[in-house]
Amino acid sequence: MTTLKSSSKTNIREYTMGFALVVLIIVLQFATQGTMLKPLNVSNLLHQNMYVFVLGMGMLLCILTGGNIDLAVGSVVAFCGAIAGVLMVDMKVPTLPAVLLILLSGLAVGAWQGFWIAFVKVHPWITTLSGSLIFRGLAQVILNGRSIGPFPEAYQFLATGFLEDFSAGTGRHMLTLVIGAAGTLVLAAVLLISHYGNKKNGLPTESTGQLIVKILIFALFINAICWLLAGYKGISFAMLVLVGLILIFSFITKKSVFGRHLYAMGGNIKAAKLSGINTKRMMFIVYLISGLMAALAGILVTSRLNAATPKAGVGYELDAVAACFLGGASISGGAGTVYGVMVGALIMGVLNNGMSLLGVSIDWQSAIKGLVVLVAVAFDMYFKNKQRYSI
Amino acid sequence: MSDNVLLEMREITKTFPGVKALDRVSLRAQKGHIHAIVGENGAGKSTLMNVLSGIYPYGTYDGDIYFDGELCKFKGVRDSEGKGIVIIHQELALIPQLSVAENIFLGNERLSAKGVVDWSQTYLYADKLLRSVNLHVDPGTQVQTLGVGKQQLVEIAKALSKDVKLLILDEPTAALNDEESEKLLELILSLKQQGITSIIISHKIHEVRKVADEITILRDGSTVETLLNDSDVTEERIIRGMVGRDLSQRFPPRERDIDPTKLFEIENWSVGDEANPSRKKLENINIRVAKGEVVGIAGLMGAGRTELCKSVFGRTYGASVEGDLRLHGKQIRARTPAEAIQHSIAYVTEDRKGEGLILSQSVTTNLTLSNLERVGSNHTVNHLLELVESEKLRDEFHIKAPDLFQAVGNLSGGNQQKVMLAKWVFAEPEVLIMDEPTRGIDVGAKYEVYTLINKLALEGKHILVISSEMAELIGLCDRIYIMNEGSIIGEVSGETATQENIMAAIIQSSKE
Repeated sequence: MTTLKSSSKTNIREYTMGFALVVLIIVLQFATQGTMLKPLNVSNLLHQNMYVFVLGMGMLLCILTGGNIDLAVGSVVAFCGAIAGVLMVDMKVPTLPAVLLILLSGLAVGAWQGFWIAFVKVHPWITTLSGSLIFRGLAQVILNGRSIGPFPEAYQFLATGFLEDFSAGTGRHMLTLVIGAAGTLVLAAVLLISHYGNKKNGLPTESTGQLIVKILIFALFINAICWLLAGYKGISFAMLVLVGLILIFSFITKKSVFGRHLYAMGGNIKAAKLSGINTKRMMFIVYLISGLMAALAGILVTSRLNAATPKAGVGYELDAVAACFLGGASISGGAGTVYGVMVGALIMGVLNNGMSLLGVSIDWQSAIKGLVVLVAVAFDMYFKNKQRYSI
Repeated sequence: MSDNVLLEMREITKTFPGVKALDRVSLRAQKGHIHAIVGENGAGKSTLMNVLSGIYPYGTYDGDIYFDGELCKFKGVRDSEGKGIVIIHQELALIPQLSVAENIFLGNERLSAKGVVDWSQTYLYADKLLRSVNLHVDPGTQVQTLGVGKQQLVEIAKALSKDVKLLILDEPTAALNDEESEKLLELILSLKQQGITSIIISHKIHEVRKVADEITILRDGSTVETLLNDSDVTEERIIRGMVGRDLSQRFPPRERDIDPTKLFEIENWSVGDEANPSRKKLENINIRVAKGEVVGIAGLMGAGRTELCKSVFGRTYGASVEGDLRLHGKQIRARTPAEAIQHSIAYVTEDRKGEGLILSQSVTTNLTLSNLERVGSNHTVNHLLELVESEKLRDEFHIKAPDLFQAVGNLSGGNQQKVMLAKWVFAEPEVLIMDEPTRGIDVGAKYEVYTLINKLALEGKHILVISSEMAELIGLCDRIYIMNEGSIIGEVSGETATQENIMAAIIQSSKE
């Protein structure tokens, strides 16, 4: 008797978590007497949690290969931040080459971990656990225990800079609204084209009604966020980077051969090998990408904080892992989506932010977050078990 | 019938969401007899046994179970085992890292004081049990070092340790070769002498014919009939009951178009043992398969057949591989599965759940996995094209699935096998190596797989088949290589091959 997840098309967890997110936001909106969805707060919330989104995507790829995680990302954030500090604050390297060097060092970290995991076959948990000690230590060595700053303005722009509006003084940030509307149109067009493409070829499609509802929900979501953001300073540079990453990672997981191979590895690594997939190379590349994402997160964190500190990024790896599992990634690999991770990261972010607004103490916050992750995944397992069907 | 009934299941009905798995199935097993249950995959055999053992607890099904004249309301496996009903499942439930003795008494430990294991009693009693099942190994042996056949015997010893009254064996010989199966059946007969009642679920009708006293045939979740296994019953009669139609021939007729000038050759192939590289697992093997030919490899379990095929397929087995591969005279370098696939070699594994399919993923995903380039470009998968191609494969291979998005694990064994075959045909191979292509699938599905193999041969593939069922090789192949202890010891043509002369060759070579 085998227990199986239903196909990715009907992964219930993603939708239930999306729904849970909406409920959570509504509850907190009332509890905070409307502060939650104030434009300033929404903008802050997204920026504060930017690292979870970025690290979560890298972590998703690791998890897809078979429940492997990268425990080192938090330390790598600090390590890359330290390099940023030394390069720009101490050595006065200009921003652009410095950023490239930081990303390169992230790739180097990834290659280091990937080498041990893929070619020496040290288990990812052990490799990245040791990586987390190594790079935390190196961050301290590089910074000599101090925090350094400030960074050049161009570098600060990366995490805190907003796009300039074309018509200043109208109250709302018009460019943001225009981008939101354009994004909605593109998305609707893509959905419609694929829908009618499938229909023309006699392939199963959702009903026209479902399609319209889907487009409406997306349109509502995108434009609501843009409307809120437009009430403050509009879309930031970091948000554009995030949207770009979401598109790239969605492409990787949904459309690319590489992505398909990732899911196959997580589903059954032996079958994947026998199907001609070079699983070693896949593992190496996945940790390479995770290293790159950690470097990117390191840049965003130092840029936002305007300082490099050896204590940066403590516990970030756990936030990223929690976002993945909240978002429906399977602990055994082979299942999980970028959309799910984003929802999971938002849940974590909204919780953090809401509890801070409510004045819950930091100590309690951690305990409550832990409980939420446990209960959410337990609920999900419960419903999944109900779906169980045996032949 | 006498009233010497040990087990009676009356009008058992079990429904799953949307499916009626059992529809008023009744079964009476006589004390001290061997009762066989046969039926195609999905006929409801395993479900019936799960009801009996309490895996589906009382209340989740309709109907009554009487054991030893007593109405039973099992809430779980513990209850049924308490009554002396023990099931040995197809997938063995032993813990590979533990010793034979530890496995036998798992959950039922011999104790010297409360909570303290009495090791001397454990070993002493384990040894006694092992001798009673004719397994001569040290009780301290780790289970994972034993072959499947021996592990099965350990399972039976474990059942005996629980004072079993009714022993249920689900496909006990599915993973065994002919010789091991023979031994197991003899053991079941000797247990019968000791008064133990058995129920055997099996696909292998000749085995059922050999040992059973009564045979119950299930089809589509209903009892078709219960036959007394006497001389009036023939295999054809049973098959007719199972499939509801006559399978006049077990092997479909075959059209041949063999081109003996175009060969796939394995030359001077030697492979070191993976666990112990200094030992040769395969020695100097030479095999050729012509275009359009179906060639079999016969041999006992452990002869090295799977190892041979895996080492050929991108060195997925073996420590140091020596020798050459040639296709149509040209030498091939296939050091990884990817290279093997590139050079038009495909390997359909014997273990479809373990290493053949991704059970949790869709039919489509599985079908296209080994050749995604064919449904896309620039490292991008074209979903539309992928679905169109999958749909073609589904038609061509008669894969019965509600839709292509269905997780493969939800399909029946026969359909999973067809998905695996289709997947490898999609990779466009010239050489198709099939390891146990009909393992654990029912008679009807076997026939379909044979038909597909014939068709692929006619299309000009080079086909190499491994099977533990000699009758299958004889029915299917143009030529059969006989393998023993890592070497090819003989070759017979399909027409002259008989089970007897193949076995004789193996036994002869083992003596030398």
